[in-house]
Amino acid sequence: MGRIVLQKVSKKFGEIEIIPPLDLTIEDGEFAVFVGPSGCGKSTLLRLIAGLEDNTSGDIIIDGNTVTQVPPSKRGLAMVFQSYALYPHMTVRKNIGFPLRMEKMDQAEIDVKVNTAATSLNLTDYLDRKPGQLSGGQRQRVAIGRAIVREPLAFLFDEPLSNLDAALRVGMRMEILELHNKLKTTMIYVTHDQVEAMTMADKIVVLQAGVIEQVGSPLELYRAPRNLFVAGFIGSPKMNLITGPLAAKHGATTIGIRPEHIDVVASGGTWEGTVSVSEHLGSDTFLHVKVAGFEQVLTVRSIGDIAVKHGDKVSLSPRLGELHKFGADGLRIG
Amino acid sequence: MAIVAQHTKFSKVAWPVLAWAVGLLFFFPIFFMVMTSFKTDADAVKPEFLFRFTPTLENYTNMTNNYDYWRFATNSVITSVTATLFTLFVAVPCAYAMAFNPSRGTKDILMWMLSTKMLPAAAVLYPMIFMAKSLGIYDTKFLIVMVLSLINLPIAVWMLFTYFKDIPKDIIEAGQMDGLNTWGEVREILIPLAWGGIASTALLVFIFCWNEAYWTVRLTTIDAATLSKLIEGNRAPEGLFFGRLSAVSTAAVGPIVVLGWFCQKQLVQGLTFGAVK
Repeated sequence: MGRIVLQKVSKKFGEIEIIPPLDLTIEDGEFAVFVGPSGCGKSTLLRLIAGLEDNTSGDIIIDGNTVTQVPPSKRGLAMVFQSYALYPHMTVRKNIGFPLRMEKMDQAEIDVKVNTAATSLNLTDYLDRKPGQLSGGQRQRVAIGRAIVREPLAFLFDEPLSNLDAALRVGMRMEILELHNKLKTTMIYVTHDQVEAMTMADKIVVLQAGVIEQVGSPLELYRAPRNLFVAGFIGSPKMNLITGPLAAKHGATTIGIRPEHIDVVASGGTWEGTVSVSEHLGSDTFLHVKVAGFEQVLTVRSIGDIAVKHGDKVSLSPRLGELHKFGADGLRIG
Repeated sequence: MAIVAQHTKFSKVAWPVLAWAVGLLFFFPIFFMVMTSFKTDADAVKPEFLFRFTPTLENYTNMTNNYDYWRFATNSVITSVTATLFTLFVAVPCAYAMAFNPSRGTKDILMWMLSTKMLPAAAVLYPMIFMAKSLGIYDTKFLIVMVLSLINLPIAVWMLFTYFKDIPKDIIEAGQMDGLNTWGEVREILIPLAWGGIASTALLVFIFCWNEAYWTVRLTTIDAATLSKLIEGNRAPEGLFFGRLSAVSTAAVGPIVVLGWFCQKQLVQGLTFGAVK
């Protein structure tokens, strides 16, 4: 069904190579997330798959067919845009039914499909409104409705939640995941938010400057980042990356330790430091600790609320089993 | 608070007064022309009949009976409508391409198009006349339609380009994903969304075509002569007949003023359109 294969796909804008030739396979029914900082080429990659951009070289294969020369609408894909991209002059009903009308489907059949989609997305009361009269979340639901009525081989989401406020974002995240569980259709989701990537993906594709840095499940990426970029990008708060003599002691150029793998102990820890900032979230406490001899400030995550404040001395004990080692080339060792 | 209140009160009075003053200032010459058109040629120049006179339709009957007003009017309508449609027919796809598939040269092409408006028309008058005559199209409606379309195309493309730019590209791309071809994008998305802009562009082009005098006067004699030619033809060697001239002018500007009046809303809407996101 919706297996998507990219073979040596590259993209140049004029002389500038945005995406050097890359290979990638997304299995049928998989929820794949493209994640990376802005300008890393993740949206371009999605647009190449969609057919909204032409690839400079290589082949895109969807469901066993090479679609490189096929126009967007004939690739069997549906896309949800960051800006929703609803047709402002049409009602919700017409927006959702639009791709079906383009397929010259019978009006009665369109009505049935639109009503089914509207029911599952809680849009029944809004069918006769125009997009301008809806809230952001409702608009995004209409955009999703417009995508699902087509029963595509795969859904493409281009940062669909970026325009929503934080609370709504979490809710919509769940809705999209439920949709995926229900439909079991391939989904490719682009985001710059690594939390979204971690919580939603079956497979995360980390991109930087058009290059795939690592592909794997969220926990694979968390447990064994392939290089320094992935180590720093995946995980919140960020992994502490330490260079210098301490790293050399462990036989590496850089060592990494996640904030949650450093314990605050009463005394006798490996490192002694002074708290510069403490963030109390109730469920967690984030400490930013200056340790003598370290260039970087260490971030420490403790579960629950611990009673430390700016200027306090703390003793830290890293779990050495959780240490990540990186060589001079930035790649993981061991 | 007091200052704000005072300020608001002042604005409430001052702006309407100013608006009326400006409005009347602009309207007065039109009003005076219409008024003069109901005076006899003799009365028109006498100060004692400035506002108090016996209205007469003499000038209008004279115009329709002796000057064949309707032929000129028909020519004006045919050439202006055809030229407007033809201009849009070329300008809509052109502006569409520039707005949604810009190339590195798009800005330069737009500037170049606008720069053609800076060319003094007189500089190409004789070449135009010679070309028209040698092609055998001098004094034809075809020639006038072509000339009116060409001189208005830059403005039309610029205006439409501005309106189309306001339509988010995502919407066009969503249309592509949903199965629209290029013509479908224009029909289903572009025209409905930029309707106000297209209408006001059409209206403006029509007004420019209707009002065009330089070329219509010089490239026509009888067959394709428009209302501008009729007004121009009312210059008399023995002096100006103000009553008659005013009647002809009123009859020439009348249709466009009426059109503008009815399309006011569309014009304003078109000029302020843009919030389609």
